[in-house]
Amino acid sequence: MADPATRPTVDQVWDWLADVPDPEIPVVSVSDLGIVREVRWDGDTLVVAVTPTYSGCPATAVIDMTIESHLREQGIGRLRLERRLSPPWTTDWITPAARDKLRAYGIAPPVDGTAAAGAAAGRAARLSGQGLSVACPRCGSADTERVSQFGSTPCKASYRCRDCLEPFDYFKCH
Amino acid sequence: MPSLPDMTTPDVMALARDAAASQPHDPHLQDVDLKPAFFDWLCRMGDNTAILGHRISEWCGHGPVLEEDIALANTALDLIGHTQMWLGLAAEVEDAGRTADDLAFLRDAMKYRNVQLVELPNRDMAHTLMREFLFDAWHVEMLTALLQSGSPRVAEIAAKALKEVGYHVERSSDLVVRLGDGTDESHARMQDALDRLWPYAGELFLGDGVDAAVAKAGIAPAPGDLRAAWERTVDAVLDEATLRKPEGRFDVHRGGKQGRHTEHLGFILAEMQFLQRAYPGASW
Ligand SMILES: [Zn+2]
Repeated sequence: MADPATRPTVDQVWDWLADVPDPEIPVVSVSDLGIVREVRWDGDTLVVAVTPTYSGCPATAVIDMTIESHLREQGIGRLRLERRLSPPWTTDWITPAARDKLRAYGIAPPVDGTAAAGAAAGRAARLSGQGLSVACPRCGSADTERVSQFGSTPCKASYRCRDCLEPFDYFKCH
Repeated sequence: MPSLPDMTTPDVMALARDAAASQPHDPHLQDVDLKPAFFDWLCRMGDNTAILGHRISEWCGHGPVLEEDIALANTALDLIGHTQMWLGLAAEVEDAGRTADDLAFLRDAMKYRNVQLVELPNRDMAHTLMREFLFDAWHVEMLTALLQSGSPRVAEIAAKALKEVGYHVERSSDLVVRLGDGTDESHARMQDALDRLWPYAGELFLGDGVDAAVAKAGIAPAPGDLRAAWERTVDAVLDEATLRKPEGRFDVHRGGKQGRHTEHLGFILAEMQFLQRAYPGASW
C-alpha cells in the first residue's frame, strides 16, 4: 500500500469520501458538506484533514470514525485524520448538488452566500427583522416563518410553511 | 438526541494529539515566561463556557416550550464545544500531560477561573435568559477582538466560536426584549433578574496581572477595553425591553477569575465531575 506506484491516488480517495454519509443527514456525504478540507499522502501515510461543522456538534467524533472505517475498508492501512479549525467551516461550501439532495430530503438548504459572520450577522438580522426568505422544501412556497433558530441538530433551524402548513428544518447558515 | 461528544475514546484522543501536530505555528506556545499567564487566561475562557454550558444544559428536558428546550440544549452544546477548544489549547500550553478532559473533570473549585456570573443558579427562565444575554453581549465583543489576536491558535478558535455566538446573542437579546416588554409578570421577573445579576456582570471587565500579560503579548484585549461596546449593546436592548438599568455598581462581586467562587460552583462540579471522580479514567 505504501508503495507510491500501487497506492490509491488522491482523486481515488476523494471518490471514496463522496460515498461516506453524514451520520445525521445520510443523503449527503462528508465531501458534499465541504468538511473534508484536504487529502494528501505524507510519505506512506494518508492524511485527511477534516473541519468541524459546529463546535459542539455531537456528530463530529462519529464523522471522524466513519471516515476512518470507510477508508480502512478500502485497504488504507496508515491513516491520519487532522482536525483543521481554520478557515472555519461555512455552509457556503455545501455543493449545489448537495443542496438539491437536502431539499429532496425535506430540509431547506442554506440560502446561498449568506453564511453568518458572527456578531455582525446577528445584529443585522435583529435590525432587519428576519431578513432572508426560506422556501418550503415540500411545496416551494416562499411564505414561510421561522419557529426557532435552533432545531433538531446544531446545524438546523425550525421553520413552518404558511401555505402547505408543514413544519420543516432549515439548514441554517454558518 | 445524540449524546454529548465522545471525548475519551482512544481514537479521539489520538486524533487530538495528531491535530496538535498539524496546527499553524504559534510562537506563544513556546514562550516559557508567558506560559503561566497564557494557561490561566485560556482556562478563564474555557471555564466560562464550561460552567455556563453546564448551567444552560440543566434546562434540557425542562424547558417551558419545546423550541426553547431545544434552543437551550443547542446553546449548551456550542459552549461545551468551545470549552473543548479552549481547554485543549490550555493543556497544550501547559504541556504537563493533562488533557482538556483532565482540566474539566479533575480540577477543584479553587482552580476554576470562571467569573461568578456564570455559576449562579438558573432560578427561573428570566434569570437564565438575562444572565445569558449579559454574557453573550460580552462574549461577542471578546471573540471579535480575538479575531485580531497575535496568536493564530487563539484567533482560529475565536473565528469558529464567533459564528455560533452570533446566534446566541441574537436569541438572548430577542427574548430579553420580548419578555421585558411583555406581560406585567414577565416584565417584573426580567427586572428582578437584571437587578440580581447586575452586580456580577462587571467582573467580566476587571483586569489583573494575567490579563495584562496576555494583552502585552498581543494575545487578547485588556478586559476593560470591551466595556464601552458591551454597554452600548446592553443599553440598547434594555431600553427596547423597557427595563431599568440598575444604578448600583456592577462589579461588586469579583474574584472568580482568581479562583474565589460562590458556594454554587462546588455543587456544579460535584455533579459534573462525579463520574471521573468515582470511576477514574472511565470512558464510554
Ligand atoms: Zn409548503
